Amino acid sequence: MKKGLIAFVIFLGALTAFPLIFHDPFTRHTLIMIMLYAAMGIGWNIIGGYTGQVSFGNAAFFGVGAYATAILLANYGISPWVGMLVGCFFSVALAIIVGYPCFRLQGHYFAIATIAVGEIMLLVFTNWGYAGGAVGIYMPILPESFMNFEFHTSKLPYYYIILVIFVAALGVCRLVEGSRLGYYCRAIKEDPDGARSLGINVQRYKMIAFSISAVITSICGTFYAQYVLYIHPTSTMDLMMSIQLCIICLIGGLGKLYGPVIGAFVFIPLTELTRVYLGSEGQGVDLMIYSLLIIILAIMRPQGLWAIFSKGTAK
Amino acid sequence: MKDMLIIDNVTKRFGGLLANQNVSFSINEGEIIGLIGPNGAGKSTLFNCISCYYNADGGRILFNGADILRKTPEAICQMGIGRTFQLVRIFKQMTVLENIMIGAFLKYAKQGDAAAKAKETANLFGFTEKLALQAGSLTISDQKRLEVARALATEPKILLLDEMMAGLNIQEVRETTDLILKLRGMGLTLVLVEHVMEGIMPIANRVIVLDYGEKIAEGTPEEVVNNEKVIEAYFGKKYIAKRRGHTAPLQ
Amino acid sequence: MEGVFIQTLVSGLLIGFLYALIAVGLTMIFGMMDIVNFAHGDYLMVAMYFSYWFFVLFGMDPLYSLPAVTLLLFGLGILTYYLLIKPIINAPMLSQIFVTFGVLIFLRGLAQFLWKVDYRMIPQTVLSGNIHLGDVYIGIPQLTAAAGAIICNGLLLWFLKKTRLGMALEAVSEDKEAARLMGINSDRMFALAWGIGIATVGVAGALLTSFYYVFPEVGANFGLIAFVVVALGGFGSVTGAFAAGIIVGLVEVMSGFLIAPQFKFMFVLALYLAVVFIRPQGLLGKK
Repeated sequence: MKKGLIAFVIFLGALTAFPLIFHDPFTRHTLIMIMLYAAMGIGWNIIGGYTGQVSFGNAAFFGVGAYATAILLANYGISPWVGMLVGCFFSVALAIIVGYPCFRLQGHYFAIATIAVGEIMLLVFTNWGYAGGAVGIYMPILPESFMNFEFHTSKLPYYYIILVIFVAALGVCRLVEGSRLGYYCRAIKEDPDGARSLGINVQRYKMIAFSISAVITSICGTFYAQYVLYIHPTSTMDLMMSIQLCIICLIGGLGKLYGPVIGAFVFIPLTELTRVYLGSEGQGVDLMIYSLLIIILAIMRPQGLWAIFSKGTAK
Repeated sequence: MKDMLIIDNVTKRFGGLLANQNVSFSINEGEIIGLIGPNGAGKSTLFNCISCYYNADGGRILFNGADILRKTPEAICQMGIGRTFQLVRIFKQMTVLENIMIGAFLKYAKQGDAAAKAKETANLFGFTEKLALQAGSLTISDQKRLEVARALATEPKILLLDEMMAGLNIQEVRETTDLILKLRGMGLTLVLVEHVMEGIMPIANRVIVLDYGEKIAEGTPEEVVNNEKVIEAYFGKKYIAKRRGHTAPLQ
Repeated sequence: MEGVFIQTLVSGLLIGFLYALIAVGLTMIFGMMDIVNFAHGDYLMVAMYFSYWFFVLFGMDPLYSLPAVTLLLFGLGILTYYLLIKPIINAPMLSQIFVTFGVLIFLRGLAQFLWKVDYRMIPQTVLSGNIHLGDVYIGIPQLTAAAGAIICNGLLLWFLKKTRLGMALEAVSEDKEAARLMGINSDRMFALAWGIGIATVGVAGALLTSFYYVFPEVGANFGLIAFVVVALGGFGSVTGAFAAGIIVGLVEVMSGFLIAPQFKFMFVLALYLAVVFIRPQGLLGKK
């Protein structure tokens, strides 16, 4: 435990010092993206990795967070921080509405249902004029400030905000892991019927896990909206994004605290690299690499790359 | 307390198959009850009805006076009825300690308290040295005991044990009966579905016999062993008739 | 107004037959081994690309290259089984989900890499044009596709019910152990099921290429529709898939016509959700 804490502090220190050493926007942007996806991955991991409920629709929460902020800011001038809270509220509502009927379903039925809900959300937002339809929403450019959650001269403030979000997500996951919720989720993943014989209300705990997942992902959506200052359905609610979250957790390590972190540190740079070096010739190469990794891991060692970093006992 | 658990005319159907038919008996606090009968008699079905993995089609099941026929399995456990399963179910990917902790979390919400309770329970079962072992790596006998430990950690009033002694050797059976007596000494009421007669008969207060879904006998172990219907159920009518027809004992 | 309504009905019916064909392989595989092939739609995409390239490279009309494409997909199905499915047949559900999920991503990545994201379409096929029946226009490719789907489904049903091999397949689907005791090698049957299941998607893909755009993501929507059909018809039921395919086709086209065209896919998805909440076993499902 001690060693882990030291390693984490060093890691955190490195992340904090990083942008002070590397000033170029592209490197900073890459790290921002890594932390963003890592945080979302942690969110997915809570429902997918720990509780074993595969969701192919988590991007919907991202979209809700992004759109709540965007609509409130663009149409009513309300601060994005308020928008963040509103986004969380709606995301939890969505999680409950979807979860309540869907969690009664068996594993693959649930997975398909999440795809269906994700696609429905995408369709609705693409055709909803109030939310900008297919064109989306351009965030109004406001004077640079923390209150306004907009910074124009440097990426540094964005970097530290996402760093805080990332560390917070890690913290939440760590808390869950050590708590009754975490133990119950792992029990549900392994043997839901056996879990019920121990007094565990499986439905309720799935919903709690899903709601936490929704909140984390929604906050990331709000951040993204304020970072990129333009959102539209395909960039915020696409099935591909949901799939990417799964990929990150799968290759990094399902149900392990740092799994999504490792996954994001592999995924984002690899995707960027293939794009930069192979260009349009290399489109799809990164997907092939990930998919082969996933298949191999699923067949042989389900712990992901995490197993290489830990003193992995082969299970 | 008398009549802690009352099974009153319980019936359970699966399509055309009548798995439990008008089964009635009651269990008093502190008893060790044996539930026996040939394979397919409906013993595990009855357990599933009591613990609400199935909802019985007819009759009543009363626990401390409350009707529990249509509850959920988790509610049953919360009310104080714990159980194990015929095919041992433990969380194989978790450690021994974690397994028991999951049970302990029912009454002890904080991780520290649950861990303490789990360690205490583990001691009872002799798992103190094995806490960090992965549950899937234990012997079958240990896995069964872990399943009981886990259920015990939920602090039930009644434990339903489904074929706990199946596949155990003589030494292990004796250890198990000792354990069951110790649990009774702690204030638990125990209902055991069993096929291992040398395990259940010596310790049971009363034995209930099911055959083809119906209760055919109830009484002390001595009474049941000499009951005509029970012998018939296990050995068949033809054998009984043959025995009666010979004056000399069969070879 | 009347004519438009009948037109919609006919269109829905025609595409419905095709949906049934796409879904039937998915339901067969699930019925036999409890595995949901998340990549099912992407095999369709592969078949479509095969058809397309047969046309571009050899000038073969999709209808003529159909047998070759079907055979290729049959082989692909068997390969998938031995390489990827057999190792995880007893693995936890999570692993099973992720293996076919991995195939989904792999196939899309491969298609993007080999053929880019451009939309392609075969300009002129042997069957083009419309038939005119009163007020109703029926596209000949669509009609052929529907006819092909009906024939293929019929052949499959005949195979399953009337031939020894087919009945062996059904036996393994019903009760693996009992079938084994009767000398049926379930491993070979599983491979065969995968072969046939993917081959049917091959037929559907070849038929589709006559009138539909080909691009790497084309399998996504069809795959999703296949899930809806299978859920509605009942996971594991071939006849159920046939009936459900038609219903889904009708729901899609009719909801597009009666309510809003841009939301017609949404109604199909909503149908899935409705089915799994109200009657999870579908119309004729066994599981």
